[in-house]
Amino acid sequence: MSRYSSFIAGIRDGIPIFLGYLAVSFTFGIMAKNGGLSAWQAALLSATNVTSAGQFSGLSLMSVCAPLTEVAVAQLVINLRYCLMSCSLSQKISGDTPFFHRFFIAYGVTDEIFGVSMSREGFLSPFYFYGIIGISVLGWVSGTFIGVVSGGLLPMRAVSALSIALYGMFIAIIVPPARKRKELAGIIVVSMLLSLLFTVAPLLREISSGFRIIILTLLISGAAAILFPISDGDEREEL
Amino acid sequence: MTTSVYAYIAVMAAVTYAIRLLPFTLIRREIKNKFIRSFLCYMPYVTLSVMTFPAILTATSNSYASAAGFAAALIAAYRRKSLIAVALISSAAVFLAELVLGM
Repeated sequence: MSRYSSFIAGIRDGIPIFLGYLAVSFTFGIMAKNGGLSAWQAALLSATNVTSAGQFSGLSLMSVCAPLTEVAVAQLVINLRYCLMSCSLSQKISGDTPFFHRFFIAYGVTDEIFGVSMSREGFLSPFYFYGIIGISVLGWVSGTFIGVVSGGLLPMRAVSALSIALYGMFIAIIVPPARKRKELAGIIVVSMLLSLLFTVAPLLREISSGFRIIILTLLISGAAAILFPISDGDEREEL
Repeated sequence: MTTSVYAYIAVMAAVTYAIRLLPFTLIRREIKNKFIRSFLCYMPYVTLSVMTFPAILTATSNSYASAAGFAAALIAAYRRKSLIAVALISSAAVFLAELVLGM
């Protein structure tokens, strides 16, 4: 694939992310306004961080004038899952890709971009990443800006409906491969049930959502890798 | 003394970027180990499942509407609809459910 067609493929894959980000960052914009940020400051925050949970928590820490070290630790804890995702994504970049591209691709590692790009087969061109990151960040930043500027003007019912779009997209990524692979379907069901357990059970529910994701990812993916090791041939064919 | 908004933004951005960048600079070649390869193959499915459920039930303003969106997304994804189609179908289900529930 040429650079241009990789870039276009990335943009196309990013359209559902764009829509979902528009809704979530719109909500973030409204909160940023309540927290005393201007539209430009909120947009700058979104453009430089591109992370929903991290930004929401950063905003609440800012509003109580928390020390910078506390903000740094909170970001580390909440966003540590990106470290796992980057490990996985590093395997999607071919060895002949010039090294400097990694510095730009790393900027755009989010839950959604990770999910969509990992569902693509084989190595990915950096220009694919630039396409999907570009359109996703556009949605994230413009949604934030509009949220601050026009807070109550957009119909909240539409925002509420679009807020589920990103989860719908995740389901569209995980369900189809599970149709032909029974063990994958089992892994998905176990993951969801354990996640539910960690959300409602006493003690376990005290664990923050960031750590819940990390703990369960390490535990379940590790168990799956031991129980159902994948040989190179299967991997090419199925994932 | 109050800390500037820009200082907060800079610290948040620097920490988050460092977390994202580190593995990209440390893992430069293809991993050959079978266990790690299998782990990385399963990882996206586990992570996305854990992030989706039960969080999807509280994503919208009403948990019954969210459940309708979840069910619609499962059915559409099982029928191999595209990412954007599944995203929009689940949004439409939420929209309709909220109308019916009179939210």
